[in-house]
Amino acid sequence: MSTTEVLVKELVEKNGRTRNSLMPVLQGIVQKENFLSEEAMLCVAKELDLAAADVYGTASFYTFLDTVPRGKNIIRVCKTITCHMKGKDEIVNTLSSALKIKVGETTHDKKFTLLTANCLGWCHKGPVMLINDEVYPDLTPQKAMEIVEEYSKSTH
Amino acid sequence: MENNLKKVDIIFEVDEKVSPISVLDKTLKRSPDEIILDLIDSGLKGRGGAGFPTGLKWKFARNEDGDTKYVICNADEGEPGTFKDREILDKVPEKIFVGIAICGYVVGAKEGYIYLRGEYNFLLKTLQKKLEIFNNELKQRNFDFNVYLKSGSGAYVCGEESALFESMEGKRGEPRNKPPYPTVAGYNSKPTVINNVETLVYTTMICHIGPEKFKALGTTDSRGSKVFSVSGDTPIPGIYELELGMPLHEFVNEFGDGDAKAIQVGGASGHCVPRKKFNDTIIGFEGIPTGGSMMIFNSTRSMYNVLHDYLEFFTEESCGQCTPCRVGCQQLLKGIEAVKRGERPPAYLEDLKKLTGTMKIAAKCGLGQSVGNPFNSIIDNFREEIIY
Amino acid sequence: MSKYLVNLKINNMPIAVEEGTTILEAARKLNFRIPTLCNHPDLTVAGNCRVCVVEVKGARLLAAACATPVSEGMEVSTNSEKVRVSRKHIVELLLSEHNADCTKCFKNGHCELQDLSSEYRIGDHVFMDLVAPETKIQDISSPSIVKDDSKCIRCQRCVRTCAELQGVSALAVVKKGDHQKISTFLNKPMHEVVCTNCGQCINRCPTGALTERNYIEEVWNAIYDPSKFVVVQTAPATRIALGEDLGIPVGQRVTGKMVSALKKLGFNKVLDTDFTADLTIMEEGTELLTRLKKALVDKDETVVLPMMTSCSPGWIKFQEHMYPELLGNLSTCKSPQQMFGAVAKTYYADKINIKAQDMTVVSIMPCVAKKFECERPEMRDSGYQDVDYVLTTRELAMMIKQAGIDFNKLDNEHYDSILGESTGAAVIFGATGGVMEAALRTAYEIVTGREVPFTNLNIKPVRGMDGIKEASIKIKNVKPEWAFLEGVDLNVAIAHGLANARLLMEKVKSGEASYHFIEIMGCPGGCLGGGGQPIPTSPEIRKKRAEAIYSEDEEMVIRKSHENPEVTEIYKHFLGEPLGHKSHDLLHTHYKPRKRY
Repeated sequence: MSTTEVLVKELVEKNGRTRNSLMPVLQGIVQKENFLSEEAMLCVAKELDLAAADVYGTASFYTFLDTVPRGKNIIRVCKTITCHMKGKDEIVNTLSSALKIKVGETTHDKKFTLLTANCLGWCHKGPVMLINDEVYPDLTPQKAMEIVEEYSKSTH
Repeated sequence: MENNLKKVDIIFEVDEKVSPISVLDKTLKRSPDEIILDLIDSGLKGRGGAGFPTGLKWKFARNEDGDTKYVICNADEGEPGTFKDREILDKVPEKIFVGIAICGYVVGAKEGYIYLRGEYNFLLKTLQKKLEIFNNELKQRNFDFNVYLKSGSGAYVCGEESALFESMEGKRGEPRNKPPYPTVAGYNSKPTVINNVETLVYTTMICHIGPEKFKALGTTDSRGSKVFSVSGDTPIPGIYELELGMPLHEFVNEFGDGDAKAIQVGGASGHCVPRKKFNDTIIGFEGIPTGGSMMIFNSTRSMYNVLHDYLEFFTEESCGQCTPCRVGCQQLLKGIEAVKRGERPPAYLEDLKKLTGTMKIAAKCGLGQSVGNPFNSIIDNFREEIIY
Repeated sequence: MSKYLVNLKINNMPIAVEEGTTILEAARKLNFRIPTLCNHPDLTVAGNCRVCVVEVKGARLLAAACATPVSEGMEVSTNSEKVRVSRKHIVELLLSEHNADCTKCFKNGHCELQDLSSEYRIGDHVFMDLVAPETKIQDISSPSIVKDDSKCIRCQRCVRTCAELQGVSALAVVKKGDHQKISTFLNKPMHEVVCTNCGQCINRCPTGALTERNYIEEVWNAIYDPSKFVVVQTAPATRIALGEDLGIPVGQRVTGKMVSALKKLGFNKVLDTDFTADLTIMEEGTELLTRLKKALVDKDETVVLPMMTSCSPGWIKFQEHMYPELLGNLSTCKSPQQMFGAVAKTYYADKINIKAQDMTVVSIMPCVAKKFECERPEMRDSGYQDVDYVLTTRELAMMIKQAGIDFNKLDNEHYDSILGESTGAAVIFGATGGVMEAALRTAYEIVTGREVPFTNLNIKPVRGMDGIKEASIKIKNVKPEWAFLEGVDLNVAIAHGLANARLLMEKVKSGEASYHFIEIMGCPGGCLGGGGQPIPTSPEIRKKRAEAIYSEDEEMVIRKSHENPEVTEIYKHFLGEPLGHKSHDLLHTHYKPRKRY
């Protein structure tokens, strides 16, 4: 069995073999593998007895359930109005040139994916970004760079 | 100008002597009907934005037959400009848990859920731990009720209650046809009470302080207080609990930077109030209702950009199933772009306003129905900024 | 449980309807037509297109008539100012995301959106064109189905069809917002996914987003090609539905007119798939009896029961994807269409002195999966592709119109001979339960020497539109050579629509039921409701088509396959005996497991 198969089986074991457990199973895969691969979705379809298109259709509804390959660390810079007003463009541009990728792209070493996101719920402390599940409010370009560098060091 | 803005401390108040669980103990000694009467008496309306009377909602669910019922805490706070639920979840989660448990007791449910938006996943671990402790407390009391955590994955529309059920059932978060309403057929098609985070804390606190103290605050139509998320051009952005029914100009005096030209009340789906209307706008169900978002824009801001941001948001976050919303949002967005570029005449804005009239009454859920709020209020008050 | 009556008014007209009735249904009872797009009588309610919105007095919102149950005292207006404005907006919005190249569209004149647009006199587009150029690239990877996203209005009827009626879900709604679309697993081309080619999605698509791969031009070219001898075969269910596309009411048989039209179109010979339906019964019936003998007498444990029919190519592909472990249960018989092709390019070509390579075999089918079937590599036993082109009933109607034939005024003509003679047993292949009934009429008689013990040969228990039907027939007083069947209860089951087929397969797998013989048709109602039949379809329409089929059967002189003289003839002079060597080569096939997901 591949690692993905093992992972899916574990998640299904833990969350149950019903449609209601589809979200936690998909979330668990993304947690470990950064995105939902074709193999992963096929495994889920098989384990939960769903059609593959149905699994894909459901996953693709949710912004955080990526179905294209993503880096180890997914950066999501909030793009909604208050963060926009407080300078999210500078943050995005800084990270984009530092990582040498455009929004939506992943670095060659697969360490980072740079994305923008709709309101992250930190409008009083914008600009803000998520890296994976961690939140970084009150950003400046300088601060954003430092945070990403930290991740760069600790990611192998 | 004198400022009567009344700051309140109910939601976040931490009383060392009265733990949330002791409120539960006290409340469980009362009959469900008494609790419902108190809630109705308090005048508490849902704090998520729609404002349905909470006591009535609980009563409907209680009156439904059936062994399986659910209580769900809607923590899918996604409205741009709103961040108060995150703070409540972070600071006083036990008060939420108690609210859920009281509701479970009142309606006869055995399971409660918190649907936490994926953007707040950093809260998961702590919440999970605290929930375990709480569930244990319930077990010790032989109270057959458990609260579970479910996580969203980045979809604004899942804040719509029926879309949230769909998501919990492992489906695309597409709002359902109504009726049936949640209290009849909600999660797993069973009678369900779904309340916003803040609402549940207020129910806990009303059970604690009694309805009188609560309804002494606010106005006839808008009882009590409310947690506001203040952002934008303000020197003091943050979270404030304020008495409902305040005039907007008082709010601006307190929070504005002295140059406020517009306040977006109620988030992206709310209304934009221009400076000239600050004096005669009341924040509350009799005036402009809000889920708590107050975004302040000063004179340096382009209202075209503001509207453009909102429309981009709705275009992306529409679930896509119904025509008025899926296509309507795109048309509004492309429409103002075309007017800005001069590809369509300014009069095209009137066509688009008429379109929002259709969206308001023909879209399937609140998302599509409310896009006209920001659109019309910004177009009407800042027409020049949109065109030129 | 009796239901309460609810009183309401629609456009000021009072009506009382049962609780749970929708506004749409109530309005229909009063003859108020409310337009719909996402609604379909075969599917669950979606309420997403919103064209059916109506105004309810006192309500803040318009109500989707299809999704809103009536309530006491309700006052509904189906044509108020608000309703009209909203409805027109909604049609305009749909048109703005729709590639409205109507004159070039295969569905031109048969499009529900076009009808609504015309009804509301939508002139110049008010709104901006939202059709993305990349969506205009059609998916033509499937030999059966063409998918054109630029025509899609996201009503999701196809998705519900594929999930609810067929239990396949090759199609799903993917993404959200402005990116939402109807697609496949990871947006793969249609031929790479679990699509069975049944075409039920086509039958329910209101626009031209899903259509059949059409081969009309190819067929005209063959007809005009003097070096080609073009023979056409017509499936049982075509003759009871073709008229619907040519101005004839539903449920009217047009067999003779259809034959006449085909002759006028220029086909060299007009022959009948019904002939090979009879042949199928001989082969399949014998196969069943052989399997039973091996199992009951020889105790051969390799014999697989229940045996399952193999006429429906949508069903076959479904089984190859979903239940590859049950492929051994499928009869090895080719479908009647493919038996016809194989026989036409061998036995028949010989008889009429035409070289097989000069012969073009065209099928008129109620089916789009047949287009896939004829291209299967196994279907070349004549040494050539046995069937060259498959046209749907709809495509034939188009050709008839193109040729300027006034169908209604045609005289009835007879099929050419040979390969044109058939029986009542063959024609009922077109209805769910029909193959079973035809097989029983023959098998029972072979075994007992007597006719099946049902009045007028009508085996009622296997008829009708129940999703799954079960029947048991006691076999008594058998001929000596069939002694092992004496007293046996022959247990049979029938399912139509692949969702029902799935239910039945699960029963078989779990061992919950023990059947000897199972008939499955991929489409609801059987071939009469096939993916190539005239649009629209509904339970009522299928019921009328079924009535037409059974009346055709009753009027046939011969009603048992084994009595078809041409069938006797072909065994005598060419095939030898059922399941014989030649039959094995030409009339039987094998199946291959496919990806489950």
